[in-house]
Amino acid sequence: MTSALASLFAVESGTAIYQTSGWFLENVWLVPFIPAMSFLIILFFGKKLPNGGAPIGIAMVGVAFVLSVLTAGQWISQVNYADSHKSEAAHCESLEYDASKVSHGDDHSGDDHSGDDHGDDDHGDDDHGDESGLGLYEGEQALAPVFAVEAGDGDGGAPCPVIKSYTWWSSGGHDITVGTMVDGLTVTLLVVVTLVSLLVNIYSTDYVAGDRRYTHFFAFLSLFTAAMLFYVVSESVIQMIVGWELVGVCSFTLIGHWWEDQDNSDAALKAFLTNRVGDIGLLIGMIMLFFAAGQTSSVFQINAAATAGAIPQTTLLIASLCLLAAVMSKSGQFILHTWLPDAMAGPTPVSALIHAATMVVAGIYMIARLYGVFFNGLSIGGSSINALALIGAVTCLFGAMLAFVQDDIKKVLAYSTISQLGYMALALGVGAWTAAIFHLMTHAFFKACLFLGAGSVAHSVHSFDMKKDMGGMRKFMPHTYRTFLIGSLALMGLPPLAGFWSKDEILAGTGGWGVAGGTGGNGAYTFALVMGIMAAMMTAAYMTRVIYLTFFGEFRHVPHGDDHGHAAQADAHDAHGDSHEDHAAHEDHAAHDPHESGPRIVIPLYILAFLAIVSGFLNFPKGFQLVPKGLQTRFEHFVEPRAAAEYFPSISHAAPSWTLAIAATGLVLLGAGLSWFYYFRLVPNQELAHDATPEMIVRSRTELVNGPTSKFSALKGGHTALVNKYYLDHIYDKGEPVETSGAGIMASLYGLAAGLGLGITLDNGLDLSLNTALISGVGAGVTVFAIVFAALKSGTGIASFTKRQLAEAADWSNKHLLDGVVDNVGKGAVRAADVVYKIDQGVVDGAVNAAGRASSGAGGGLRRLQTGKVQQYATYMFAAAAVLAGILIVFN
Amino acid sequence: MYLTQFLVLSAALFCIGVYGVLARRNAVLVLMSIELILNAVNINLVAMGAFNGTVAGEVFALFVIAVAAAEVGIGLAIVLLIYRNRRSIDLHEVDLLKG
Repeated sequence: MTSALASLFAVESGTAIYQTSGWFLENVWLVPFIPAMSFLIILFFGKKLPNGGAPIGIAMVGVAFVLSVLTAGQWISQVNYADSHKSEAAHCESLEYDASKVSHGDDHSGDDHSGDDHGDDDHGDDDHGDESGLGLYEGEQALAPVFAVEAGDGDGGAPCPVIKSYTWWSSGGHDITVGTMVDGLTVTLLVVVTLVSLLVNIYSTDYVAGDRRYTHFFAFLSLFTAAMLFYVVSESVIQMIVGWELVGVCSFTLIGHWWEDQDNSDAALKAFLTNRVGDIGLLIGMIMLFFAAGQTSSVFQINAAATAGAIPQTTLLIASLCLLAAVMSKSGQFILHTWLPDAMAGPTPVSALIHAATMVVAGIYMIARLYGVFFNGLSIGGSSINALALIGAVTCLFGAMLAFVQDDIKKVLAYSTISQLGYMALALGVGAWTAAIFHLMTHAFFKACLFLGAGSVAHSVHSFDMKKDMGGMRKFMPHTYRTFLIGSLALMGLPPLAGFWSKDEILAGTGGWGVAGGTGGNGAYTFALVMGIMAAMMTAAYMTRVIYLTFFGEFRHVPHGDDHGHAAQADAHDAHGDSHEDHAAHEDHAAHDPHESGPRIVIPLYILAFLAIVSGFLNFPKGFQLVPKGLQTRFEHFVEPRAAAEYFPSISHAAPSWTLAIAATGLVLLGAGLSWFYYFRLVPNQELAHDATPEMIVRSRTELVNGPTSKFSALKGGHTALVNKYYLDHIYDKGEPVETSGAGIMASLYGLAAGLGLGITLDNGLDLSLNTALISGVGAGVTVFAIVFAALKSGTGIASFTKRQLAEAADWSNKHLLDGVVDNVGKGAVRAADVVYKIDQGVVDGAVNAAGRASSGAGGGLRRLQTGKVQQYATYMFAAAAVLAGILIVFN
Repeated sequence: MYLTQFLVLSAALFCIGVYGVLARRNAVLVLMSIELILNAVNINLVAMGAFNGTVAGEVFALFVIAVAAAEVGIGLAIVLLIYRNRRSIDLHEVDLLKG
């Protein structure tokens, strides 16, 4: 770490000349390989090893972390080298997409490296100078360049990614390659993933101690780390798909770690199936890119082709939309985010590792990795709204709203994660690439800190329910309290903590309102700025709520024995892995006061809290006068690929704005302040009856800490919608088996697709821009979505729901606002509501009911065909085959 | 040549196999009937190959035999498990997928 930091700050002197490329950059395959070995060792020998194999996992992930840091150090040297050699003209890769280029696989690869996978390659004995830089034609090119030179006077030369590529298999003249590609983005992710994984491994030795599948747990933590690292170093898109799916499988096994509980196993299945929906898009998108870029699976070449304009824009648009579907499911973007909160059923370290710091950022990483494709496909450089920015903005706002109504501390954090992922997608959607990756990194640190902190509290009180079982924890757990507070402040984005720097960069990157000068490449996405700031404000408010509910007030947990206790205990399985077996012992244990967790939990918390403070300093904005110029935009300098490297679009950076930073911070403080006023001032002052029984005290305390939404009828409608998570889950499953949930998801996707088609049709007819078509498509999709929703809820449709809220609101305004005129308006509203009600009952409900009955009838009819008798199915099959054969004979 | 005779034999075997698959209730007999269908295909392949004077038909037949061996191995394992669980291999009783 020290060498990396040392060279990090010793730049722009122009004197440091390093060797071109380096051993760690070229042998980065070791980083995923070592945790993979760890997985196998723990899986096969873990039970015989001391401590169930956990030390093996820690040691090997630790080695991977050290290697990642060394790789990062060498990458920094690489950038410095490129900076100091501006004058030497070179290209990373020539961009001739002619036939001879496309068929390179026949000429070069395959003779000496075919059959090699990255596990047993033999390049250690080669001359490093020869194979540095682009290794696509290893040994064939006389001198591969390590950097390309920019035409203008930007940051100097552009370091080329270090690529090692081997033919994995050949089929029909198409080479599928596998290998490693290292650039700034890769090393960032390598360091983040290995560091968080290392800390989570250490934390877990205490957290899941005594678990019946302790060894299994560590084996899969290792496998997950290996899968994520394999994905991150991907050289080809096929390899990316493999890594992507491996990550999904590991997530499945870890969410369902305590599968004896039906809820957990359902959550694991839900995560897996929701991801399948997006994976179809992933596959289609990748295949399109494979062919569009001249039958190459190389990430570099696909990006280069997209950047150079060698692929038609429409192709790129469709491919990036398909990939976007995959990102939506993996990275928890609205409307496919619903699996993420449910995935909190997994053990807390898993939540921290997978669902905050690494797995869910796989989608964000893919956009960043294939940014040439997305940038040109979605016309991010233009100033109109694009799908990615829109989805990101909606996600960050809606996720933050959902976080308000959760009582489960982990679910608040889960929705907060969704919201933050929305920020990252938004940043990528507006062209603020560096801001997105920067936020990815800082978020990984402070969100892991928060999750592990929540786990520490839950470890002590055996519950995740903030209202029933927490409160006043700061007295019992001072270390957890301190670190959680730091993590929360970083998440809120208060200066000078990490979240402030990255969030501010995203907000500035939108270039909205002209605040930041609206630089060309970033468009002027005012809507994104507005939604981002609102989400930031809400983030501050709900995190204040969490801190109050968890750490302040009175300790609300009551010993078990009454009905509340059992309800709470149902949630407590996570915190106590072995609680399935001995409830008696558990209750005994829970009767004690909570206590601070042990050092193996607290130390990772402090490390993460430290990173949550300092990691933001890596990228001081340009022109930030308080630090020397050599310390500004370090992250951007080393991580962001430059246009001269020919695989990354030319993006310009928004100028940072004091006004915006101060305004955003002020609004964050306002959000936190309002929340603070409510919880810390109003709630404790409410009185308790003196002669209350323990049950009444528990109930009143629970009610006391309810937010304003459950107190005012006008807000209740919104509250109900939030508690029901916008009814998305009702559409997706509503307690029915898989086919209904699949049908719901597919129906909504088809709705979106139909809307898209409609948009494009309109576009052709009315000569609008493609982006306008997209927006209208999304709008139409939402309409179809709502119709599907109404049909599925047949009977108690959405219309009557809205109407009731209208009437209540009207009633409320009658009583409380004004008399006289307003009274009449109120009556008018009620009358209007009556008319609406009649129309609703007669026409809307009629149609909805008819739709419901029709689908139910059709389903009932088709159900009889499903006898479950294999032979009957076979009969259908043979009969159909016979008929087809007959047709063939007749028409031949 | 005598191709027609082989084809007729093959068609007869195929029909017997299809009948067995559709009508027998015993899972083992159904598996055997599937073998009959596959062997009907093999006869077709070998006969056509010989008729056209290539060895491709025989090669494919060998492939089919290998695949059939694997298939029956898995099939019998499944049947065995069904029997252990339900004490019966009557296909009409295995209708868990009923809608």
